[in-house]
Amino acid sequence: MAAEKLSTRHLLGIKDINRNDIELIFETADNFKEVINRPIKKVPSLRDITIANIFFENSTRTKLSFELAEKRLSADVVNFAASSSSVSKGETLIDTVNNILSMKVDMVVMRHPYAGAGQFLSRHVKAQIVNAGDGAHEHPTQALLDAFSIRQKLGDVAGKKVVIVGDILHSRVAISNILCLQRLGAEVMVCGPTTLIPKHIHQLGVKVEHNLIKALNWCDVANMLRIQLERQDIKYFPSLREYAMMYGLNKHILDNLDKEIIVMHPGPINRGVEITSDVADSKQSIILEQVENGVAIRMAVLYLLASQG
Amino acid sequence: MQKKTIFDGQKIQITIKRLCRQLIENHDDFANTVLIGIQPRGIFLADRIQTELQSILKNKKILKGNLDITFFRDDFRRKDGLVTASSNSIDFIIEGKKVILIDDVLWTGRTIRAAMDALLAYGRPEKVELLVLIDRRFSRHLPIEPNYIGLQVDSLNSQHVKVSWADEGAEDKVILLSEKQ
Repeated sequence: MAAEKLSTRHLLGIKDINRNDIELIFETADNFKEVINRPIKKVPSLRDITIANIFFENSTRTKLSFELAEKRLSADVVNFAASSSSVSKGETLIDTVNNILSMKVDMVVMRHPYAGAGQFLSRHVKAQIVNAGDGAHEHPTQALLDAFSIRQKLGDVAGKKVVIVGDILHSRVAISNILCLQRLGAEVMVCGPTTLIPKHIHQLGVKVEHNLIKALNWCDVANMLRIQLERQDIKYFPSLREYAMMYGLNKHILDNLDKEIIVMHPGPINRGVEITSDVADSKQSIILEQVENGVAIRMAVLYLLASQG
Repeated sequence: MQKKTIFDGQKIQITIKRLCRQLIENHDDFANTVLIGIQPRGIFLADRIQTELQSILKNKKILKGNLDITFFRDDFRRKDGLVTASSNSIDFIIEGKKVILIDDVLWTGRTIRAAMDALLAYGRPEKVELLVLIDRRFSRHLPIEPNYIGLQVDSLNSQHVKVSWADEGAEDKVILLSEKQ
């Protein structure tokens, strides 16, 4: 039985929450998953709460998923995208958010290109903050939904072996995933070209492997990350084609492994780079389940945070 | 804390039998009627009613589900209460059915209000009735009254009524808890 309350007022990163929190979020998400599969998918829990989705960086899945989660909990939702706002006129982060908060907003879901933006905000404004990705730092809800999807598919996360393949250096998903999986007792390995693996990553207690086949033969679950070309200001590998040859997952590799593994991807997929289309659409891929679980996990997070607002 | 047993053992069993007879009087062979126990405490009574009805009606299958009302409560964020939900398990269609909501204790009526909202997410029932083991009368906050009552109890707001069941490892018993005077 998990605890009855989260140990934190904000969800800024997996770093700040403990195993009990994660279990509580999972148990609540189980209930919400049942709710979103009903004919009427809405519950009135957050009907007196207003949530602002503030996205200083592009997003399709996360933004949509949060917005759906908020609406299914009956919260009032305001959306804000930096590209179409006064931020482009030079307003600071605190001013922007304080202005939004004077309109009586209870919670802020924020994505920002700089690491620590959520932390900074949580110290200066009264609303509860949910980090929807801050730079190359953390993306807690993605890690939670990934671990939740593994739990759903394999029954448990503890004792499972998970390899995270690709652009670890620029990936907030990788950091949050490593922390979350380790909290739940899984073994984690990272795999990718030397240039895309942070130098001191082994200090987090993860294994490092540069050979994709070896990594895949070791694991139960492979989480294939996207190559984040938008964050790469220098060349980290000769060409996408070469990357795809060395670290891309195709059906041939998948079929020749010793055991059947599960393939995940946080999206958006560069088809033909990290994974080929036939892998993305195969039976072993749980990419679309991840998206469905994303809504349930975000409902659970918002609900549990709101209960202690 | 003072404890007073107000209902137990054989009396509870007789009452459940009586409630079942009353249900059969109105719902005949339960062809179009389903039982819904309200989580977390109403499900034990719903189980007992289902078993009893099935033995009276010669093992006819009676549909029963469990309904969780946590997300429909009206005191969310207003008091430190239970925020963790229990499971819903209603694996049949509610649409057009007669539904008997079942709970152990009726007090303010707020749980039943939430249960009716939660129920509507599964469809539009033809009719909804309420069965409770204990009715703490004259304490309602909402205009809600039960159709089938096990026992009516007069109690103070400061008192607490607790029902325990043999099925959860205790014994069939209803206790009235009062603060020490």
